[in-house]
Amino acid sequence: MKIYLNLLTAAILATFIGCNSGGDSAGKGALSSSKAAEKVYVAPGEYDEFYAFMSGGFSGQLSVYGLPSGRLLKVIPVFSQDAEKSYGYNEETIPMLNTSFGFVPWDDAHHPELSQTNGVPDGRWIFINGNNTPRIARIDLTTFETTEIIEIPNSGGNHSSPFITENSEYVVAGTRFSVPIPQKDVAINSYKENFRGALSYIRADKPGEMAVSFQILVPGFDYDLAHSGKGKSSDWTFFTTYNTEQSHTLKEINASQNDKDFIAAVNWKKAEEYIKEGKGRDFPVEYMHNVYSDITHTATSNKISGVKVLIPSECPGLIYYLPTPKSPHGVDVDPTGEYIVGNGKLSADLTVHSFEKMLKAIENESFDGDVDGIPILNFEDVVAGTVVSGGLGPLHTEFDNKGNAYTSFFISSEVVKWKIGTWEVLDRLPAYYSIGHLMIPGGDSKKPWGKYLVALNKITKDRYLPTGPEMNHSAQLYDISGDKMELLLDFPTIGEPHYAQAIPAELVMKNSKKIYPINENEHAYAIKNERDAKVVREGKVVRVYMTSIRSHLNPDNIEGIKVGDEVYFHLTNLEQDWDVPHGFSIMGARNAELLVMPGQTETLRWVPQREGVYPFYCTDFCSALHQEMQGYVRVSPAGSDVPLKWSMGED
Amino acid sequence: MSKLSKVLMLVGALLLLSLFAVPLWKITLEAPQYPGGISMYIWIDKITGDSEFTLQNINILNHYVGMKNIEPDSIPELTYFPYIVVTMAVLGVIFSFIGNRKMVLTWIIIMIGLGILGIYDFYLWEYDYGHNLSPTAPIKVPGMAYQPPVIGSKMLLNFKAISYPHWGSLFLGFGILLASASYYLSGKKRRLNQS
Repeated sequence: MKIYLNLLTAAILATFIGCNSGGDSAGKGALSSSKAAEKVYVAPGEYDEFYAFMSGGFSGQLSVYGLPSGRLLKVIPVFSQDAEKSYGYNEETIPMLNTSFGFVPWDDAHHPELSQTNGVPDGRWIFINGNNTPRIARIDLTTFETTEIIEIPNSGGNHSSPFITENSEYVVAGTRFSVPIPQKDVAINSYKENFRGALSYIRADKPGEMAVSFQILVPGFDYDLAHSGKGKSSDWTFFTTYNTEQSHTLKEINASQNDKDFIAAVNWKKAEEYIKEGKGRDFPVEYMHNVYSDITHTATSNKISGVKVLIPSECPGLIYYLPTPKSPHGVDVDPTGEYIVGNGKLSADLTVHSFEKMLKAIENESFDGDVDGIPILNFEDVVAGTVVSGGLGPLHTEFDNKGNAYTSFFISSEVVKWKIGTWEVLDRLPAYYSIGHLMIPGGDSKKPWGKYLVALNKITKDRYLPTGPEMNHSAQLYDISGDKMELLLDFPTIGEPHYAQAIPAELVMKNSKKIYPINENEHAYAIKNERDAKVVREGKVVRVYMTSIRSHLNPDNIEGIKVGDEVYFHLTNLEQDWDVPHGFSIMGARNAELLVMPGQTETLRWVPQREGVYPFYCTDFCSALHQEMQGYVRVSPAGSDVPLKWSMGED
Repeated sequence: MSKLSKVLMLVGALLLLSLFAVPLWKITLEAPQYPGGISMYIWIDKITGDSEFTLQNINILNHYVGMKNIEPDSIPELTYFPYIVVTMAVLGVIFSFIGNRKMVLTWIIIMIGLGILGIYDFYLWEYDYGHNLSPTAPIKVPGMAYQPPVIGSKMLLNFKAISYPHWGSLFLGFGILLASASYYLSGKKRRLNQS
C-alpha cells in the first residue's frame, strides 16, 4: 500500500513538473488553455482588433487575417493568376502581370509593407515585393485590390523590398542576386569583375505614379533585407548584405566565410540632391509599369525606358558600410530611430549599431578602407551593444511600445524578448517550428501596437491534422502585453508567409468600399442600362455588351456566333448593393470565370471551337433565382448565314 | 388677437416649410442579411433611401414577388403636394398678420383635413403596391399581400416592415398644435376682455 502511495505521489509530482517545465506544455496547451481561448475568441458577428496582412510567399498573393482570432478574411491576388477572382484571366487584369519578359503569371511575394505617415502605418495602401521577376505591387486598402505593379530594372531577386520611408516617399528594392548591370552575356565565373547590385528607390506616395526615381550601383554582394530609419534617422535606409565574398557557386559555404559582412547605410535625401545636381547616369533599360483604375476597371501596361543611376564613388556621403557579423539577414530599426539591429543569421548573438555613433564616425571620417568608393566604418565605432541571446540563427527583430525588442531565431526555433539599451534577455518562448519572420502590429514603425506578436514559421510537421506530404505553413499568436510572453493560438497560412504587417482595424475598415458607383464606371465597354444590351460584330471579333442584375443576364439568348469567332463578353454588374457580385462562365472557355463586383465591368474572351449551343451562367450564388441565371449561345459553322441576334425574355 | 397668438400662428404656418427639409414617413425593411435594415423615406416631393441606390435595391427584392417598381416619377402626388404645402404656409402667414380667429380656425380645419387625406392617399399607394402583383412573379405565396402597415410593423415573408411617421409629420403636427394654441389663447383673451 505504501509503495502504491509513493508511486501515486511521484506520478502527481511528475505531472506538475511536466506541466511547468519546458515549452512543450505551452505548445500543446495545458494549464492556461482556457484563458488563452478567451483571449482569441471573437464572438460571432464581432470584429477582430487588427487586420494582419501576410505575404503568400510562393503563392504570389497576399492574405488578410483577423487578429487575435487568426481567421482568414481574404486572399488578395497580386503576382499570380487567380481563377477565383479572374485576376490575370479577364482582359482587364491581364496587363497587371505584364513585364519586360511578357506575361509572367506568378511570383514569389515576400514582404508586405503598409504605407506610413510620420512613421506610423496609416492604412491607405500596402506594398509587397515580387522576388523572382523583380516587381513591387501596391494594394489599395479601400478595395483590397492590386492597383499598381512596377517592374524593377537592373535587379535579380527583389528581396530587400519594399521597405518604406517615413512618409511613404519611397519604397526600396535591393537586389538579392547581383547580376551584370546592364545585363550582358559573360562567364559566370567573371562574377567579381562583371556582377553588380542595385539599390532602387521607387516613388510611392502618389497612386498610379510609381516610378524608379533612382538606383545606386553597388558592389556585387547579396542585398538581403532593409528598413528605412525613423525620426532622426528617417533620411537613411539600411540594407543588409551577405556574400561579400562575391562567390558565384556553392554559396552555402563560399558566401559564409567572412566573419563580418555589411549593413549598407544609404542617405536617400543626399541621393535626391545628387539627382537634382544631375549626377544620375542614364542607364538604358526597359521595364513595365502597370496601373489598374477603379474608374475604367481596366489595367494599362506602359513601357518605361531608362533609369537614373548614382555611382557611389562619384557621390561622397551617399552610402557607408557598417561591418556586421555573420551574414546578417534582417535589419531592423527601433521606434526611436537610434538603434539598428543586425540579425547575424549564422551566429548566436545580435549586433546593434547606434545611429548617433554612425553619424559621429562619418563626421570623424573614421574609415577602415572602402569597397568601390564606399567607405567602411570601423565596427567598434558604430556598435552600440550585443545581445547575447543563448539562441542560434537570429533572423528578424520587431519592437513593442515599451522599449523591448523581439527576435526570431530560426535554428533554435524560438522568440527571444530583450531590452533595448541594456541588451539583456528578458524572456523566451519556443516557436513551432523554425520561425522565420515575426510580426508585431506596427512593430517596424514609430508606433508599435505592442499587444500581440505573430510568429511566421517555416516548418509545420505535426501541428495540425496531416494533409499528405504538403502542409500549409503555420503561424502562431503570442500575447506580449505582460512581462512574460504567452502562446495563444496556432493557425495555418497560405503559401509561405514571409513577412507580415498588421494595423488596428478601425484605421482600415472605415474606408472600405462596398460597391463601385455605376455612374462613375468609365469602362470602354460598359453599359449602364439593360436597354443598351447588345451584340456587335467587328469582323471575326464579336462583342457582347451584357448586364447582370438579380436574377438574369441580358442578353441570355445569342445567335449568329460562328466557329472561329473571337467573342468578348463585356459583363457589367448593374447591382448597387453591398456584397452582390455576379459571376459569369461559359462552357469550353479556356481561361476562367468572371466575378464582377457591383458597378464593375469585366471581360471574358471566348473562342468557340465547335458548332452547337453552349450554356453560360452566373457562378456566384447571388439570389433566390440564381439557379435560373443562365443563357445560351448558338454557335454555327464558319461561313454560315445565321444572323446575329440577341434577346432576353422573348419567345 | 394678441401678439403672442399671432406669433404662434406665424410659427405654426412656417413649420410647414420644414417638409422640404425632412421626410414625412420612414419605412424600414429588416432581414438577417441586411444588417441595419433598408430604410426608405417618403418626403413631400420625393422618395429616398439610405443611399442613392436603396430604391433600386428594394425594387430588385420586390420583383421576386411581382410588385411594381417604385418609381417616384410615376407618383403625381409628389409633384402637386409641394404646391399645397406652400399655399397653406402662405395662407397661414397672411392669417397670422390679419389676426382673425375664424381664419385661423379655418386653416386648422383644412390642415387636419389635408393630413387625413394625405395618410389615406399613402395607404392607397401602399395597398396598390402590396396587392397589385404580377401574375408571372417567380415567388407566389397564396393569399399573401405585401402591403406594409401605415403605422407599426408587420412580417412580409422574410422581411419585417416597420413604418412610422418621421420628423416632417411631427413638425406638421406641431404646426397645427401651435395654430390651435393661437386660436385657444386669442379666445381666452376675448373672454377676459368681455368680462
